[in-house]
Amino acid sequence: MPDGASLELGTVPETVLQRFRQGDLDAFETLFREHQRPVYGWILRMVRNTAAAEDLTVETFWRIHRARDRFQPEYPFAPWARRIATRVALDWLRAQRPEVELTAEMAGTLPSKSAGNPGIAAEIREKTALAFSRLPASLRAAAILAVVEEQPHKEVAAALGITVGAVKLRVFRALRLLRKDLEKQGITP
Amino acid sequence: MNHDDRIKELLKQALPPVESGAEPERNLWPAVLRRLDEDTTLQRRTASFFVPWFDWALLGGLAVFAVSFPAMIPVFLYYL
Repeated sequence: MPDGASLELGTVPETVLQRFRQGDLDAFETLFREHQRPVYGWILRMVRNTAAAEDLTVETFWRIHRARDRFQPEYPFAPWARRIATRVALDWLRAQRPEVELTAEMAGTLPSKSAGNPGIAAEIREKTALAFSRLPASLRAAAILAVVEEQPHKEVAAALGITVGAVKLRVFRALRLLRKDLEKQGITP
Repeated sequence: MNHDDRIKELLKQALPPVESGAEPERNLWPAVLRRLDEDTTLQRRTASFFVPWFDWALLGGLAVFAVSFPAMIPVFLYYL
């Protein structure tokens, strides 16, 4: 199971959060330096494309800065930032065509934990990835975070702004649709 | 292993988990600053071109008046 703690975002003094809310650029930079890595990592897990993840991290922090008036310093910054990052990544996923989305993954450019089981043919892996990319973005996001990245359902629910039950339902629907698509292609999982 | 477990395993093989601690390859702070600058410039431009709606309404009313009663234009100008 992936290290859940590694996704935990750091903490910064409340004064920095107060100053950020008032529009202080130095405070914003402090927050950026503290949180950019976990935000980038979270986005990368969702979009699985390093170049896009970098651009979307920039977009996320721009949105964070723009929404600073709505941030409540008495609440932690990290979950708020992650929710915004999730929305940015979901917007990107919705805008992608399946064949475009898979290029980085197929080229093997992602810093992944394992190269894949040689027992499963490369063709099946590619077909599975392609079938997965055809699923609705909201189902893909839930499935990739909960199943592939093995993030706790509670964290996935908080990031997506839905309930734990809804996460489970989305994962169930994603797996069912994926199985149907694969069966149509003659692959019986 | 049931159907769900098999499909999950297949999915994990097709899309291997991203390693924890992945970092951006470049410094993203300059890009964030550029984005903020663009935003500020756009806001300034928008603000400089901004005309309140009631000004547009008044202008529209005057135009309609001028088209409907062209003879009144000199009278109107005389009283300006």
